[in-house]
Amino acid sequence: MDHRRNMPITLDLLGITKIYPGAVALDAVSLGIKGGEVVGLIGENGAGKSTLMKVLGGAIRPDKGEIVIDGQRFAELSPAQALGHGIAFVHQELNPLTNLDVAGNILLGREIRKGVFGLLDQGAMERHVHPILEMLGARFSPSTAASELSLADLQLLEIAKALSISVRLLILDEPTSSLTLTETQRLMSVIRKLRDDGVAVLFITHRLSEVKTVADRVVGLRDGKNAGELQRDMIDRDAMVRLMIGRDIKQFHEGAAAREGQVVLRVKGLRTAAYPSAEVELAIHAGEILGLAGLIGAGRTELARTIFGLDPPLAGTVEMNGDRVPPGSVAEAIKAGICLVPEDRKSEGLFLDFSISENMVMPNLDAVSRRGFVDRRREYLLADRFRSRLSIKTHRLDRAAGELSGGNQQKVVLAKWLGMAPRLVILDEPTRGIDVGAKAEVYHLMGELAAQGVAVLMISSDMEEVIGVSTRVGVMSRGRITGLLERQDLSEEAILHLAVE
Amino acid sequence: MHKKDIGLALLVITVGAIVAIVNPRFLSPINLANTANLIGLFGLFSIAEAFVIVTAGIELSIGSVIALLGVVFVDLIASYGVPWPVALSVVLALAVVIGLLHGWLITRLRLQPFVVTLCGLLIYRGVARFYTKDGTAGFTFGADMPTLDYLFVGRTAGVPHSVIAFAVFAVAAWFLLHRTVFGRHLLAVGKNEEAARYSGIDTRRVIVCAYVICMFLTGVSAVFFAMYTKSVQPSSHGNFYELYGIAAAVLGGFSLRGGEGSIVGVVLGVVLLQILQNLVNLLGIPSSLNFAVMGTVILLGVIADVQFRAYRERVRQAAARSALTVGLGDPAKDAA
Repeated sequence: MDHRRNMPITLDLLGITKIYPGAVALDAVSLGIKGGEVVGLIGENGAGKSTLMKVLGGAIRPDKGEIVIDGQRFAELSPAQALGHGIAFVHQELNPLTNLDVAGNILLGREIRKGVFGLLDQGAMERHVHPILEMLGARFSPSTAASELSLADLQLLEIAKALSISVRLLILDEPTSSLTLTETQRLMSVIRKLRDDGVAVLFITHRLSEVKTVADRVVGLRDGKNAGELQRDMIDRDAMVRLMIGRDIKQFHEGAAAREGQVVLRVKGLRTAAYPSAEVELAIHAGEILGLAGLIGAGRTELARTIFGLDPPLAGTVEMNGDRVPPGSVAEAIKAGICLVPEDRKSEGLFLDFSISENMVMPNLDAVSRRGFVDRRREYLLADRFRSRLSIKTHRLDRAAGELSGGNQQKVVLAKWLGMAPRLVILDEPTRGIDVGAKAEVYHLMGELAAQGVAVLMISSDMEEVIGVSTRVGVMSRGRITGLLERQDLSEEAILHLAVE
Repeated sequence: MHKKDIGLALLVITVGAIVAIVNPRFLSPINLANTANLIGLFGLFSIAEAFVIVTAGIELSIGSVIALLGVVFVDLIASYGVPWPVALSVVLALAVVIGLLHGWLITRLRLQPFVVTLCGLLIYRGVARFYTKDGTAGFTFGADMPTLDYLFVGRTAGVPHSVIAFAVFAVAAWFLLHRTVFGRHLLAVGKNEEAARYSGIDTRRVIVCAYVICMFLTGVSAVFFAMYTKSVQPSSHGNFYELYGIAAAVLGGFSLRGGEGSIVGVVLGVVLLQILQNLVNLLGIPSSLNFAVMGTVILLGVIADVQFRAYRERVRQAAARSALTVGLGDPAKDAA
């Protein structure tokens, strides 16, 4: 197999079909890619991108269709075959073994041994990994413990893992969702370098601007079918959106006018455990959407958690409409009208195995119960109301929430709080990993809340989103709010300038 | 009733029928009453265990607590002449204190439930043995206290009171777990503690409550056992009962990962375990094989459950595929 190792790959997926109970995940999808080419794969959630990639990686057996690699035909691939042909994956979800070091993670299952007893050769492993990390410009060494790495570094670790086999086709599934701007740019240059070395790169992302900068060709999927292709000179944002949703959508920027009411939330001298010496002062008015920008690790999530009572503050107070909120209690925060849509909806926002309706009423059980007993009919009616209000795409509320697509899951999390008549809604990365259509709906809902006089605090690392949606933007850096920008002063440069202060 | 419960009920009926056919004595009133009595006695603490398991916890000290509280109950009445209602209250209060202690250690000091309750298993057993100087706390007051005796070992219309107590607590537990807000919170905390916190649930309070409920029921069970045996030998009284409770809960569909299970399931699990016990006796199987039979049945049950679920998934898949080839019109539309 080694003679092929350095040859550029030629891969074609022909008429791949995959059927699940109640859904056709892929319907005769075809896709071709050659060494030295970067192909962007775009599509809404549920369009079949991940399923198609799993077919390539050998995790899923297609019901129909062929995979042709360098002229060799396969009805299906095993994971070992995929690896043998130099196909490497970087998954969206990070699964590092935090009890191992970087080298141990990268060479997992392919450890270098020495001696009669086959003991691990730590030195050789580190030497093997070192040049890969160097090329990626990683700031950690092969012997760093994986538990010490940030989310962005872990993403690089995943990429290093893929590069440690002699890769001919690199598949990246949403690789930049937790990377900062500089890290993203570095990744883009790595992709270009790999392409110049004759590697084929298949790039899945929701961030269309990235596709635009790096892709030679764009392939769109829609409802499990091919939706069309765009060549290099035709790639632009509007064309890609059309490809994904099959029609034009109106810009989500509703240009929310600064319709400031009275102060709803006032944070005074708040200090969190993440940055014990930094004090946060913040006021949010009724009817405004305050965007909170900053680099990852700037302390934004910690601030949100503290306001919501998940973590007790080291010092300082949180006031809602002038009344002090007792610190360190989520129940008190909810009583004061605060709600939080967390960053990680799978582990923090939802009970994936519970039904959609059970998820929706979880914080609001008192409203559908009498003397401590849940009234299941009222529970259903309440959930049903939110299903139609948020247009959640499911006809059965007793389905497990985990079966929904990402966008619909996020809507279920939002529904949890809408029934509580909130006065302050905090959204932490509300559109991460959800598709364009669902994004627009989330923005619309935020605008609607603001119009009703609710104060909205939106934490986001997506510049386009922060600038497009917010009425005002606060920028955090190392636990402090380094600046507040009014709508007319918003620009990427201005935000970045404050974020690195 | 869940599908799983129906499967288990069928298994109970099948095993019962087989035993009855092989040895008709199974259906004799005496045997039925005895078996029912044991179901009641073992059922109480099995429900107790289920409440902790549903929070993704575990309670290993149930057997030891039954021994310790049994000793205390007997000794208060026999040696100190305490009126039995007072002794009963003291024992239940002690049970609640133990539950609070376990809950506090687990939620505030963040110790693992396995470790906390394993230490409890060792400590309470040791204290009980020390307290009785490794002897036996026994009494003869069955005749002296007819009310107490009637309440805990008597029968009404031929039904042992342990069975009635079990039925009452089982119904209450069913409502509590499956119909109340608190029950929903228990399931939520067991399934995803972090998401429960984000939903404003006071997860620590819920977990402490689970251990308190568990220990309270264990306390009730301890009194029933003490009255049933009339003497408590702390070195062997209640040995391995916690494992019994765990087995019943697992048979009943509770996942040790938490957040799943039904009270109907535990009740059926307890019934099945007692019928198996009875089967060993009635079919002349050497009683030394008792545990081996129980273990085998649980293992087979769990394997069957997993296989059955995989089979259903395959059937659904096949149905979806054939529906698709028939209606060739627009597969994507059909799927939606």
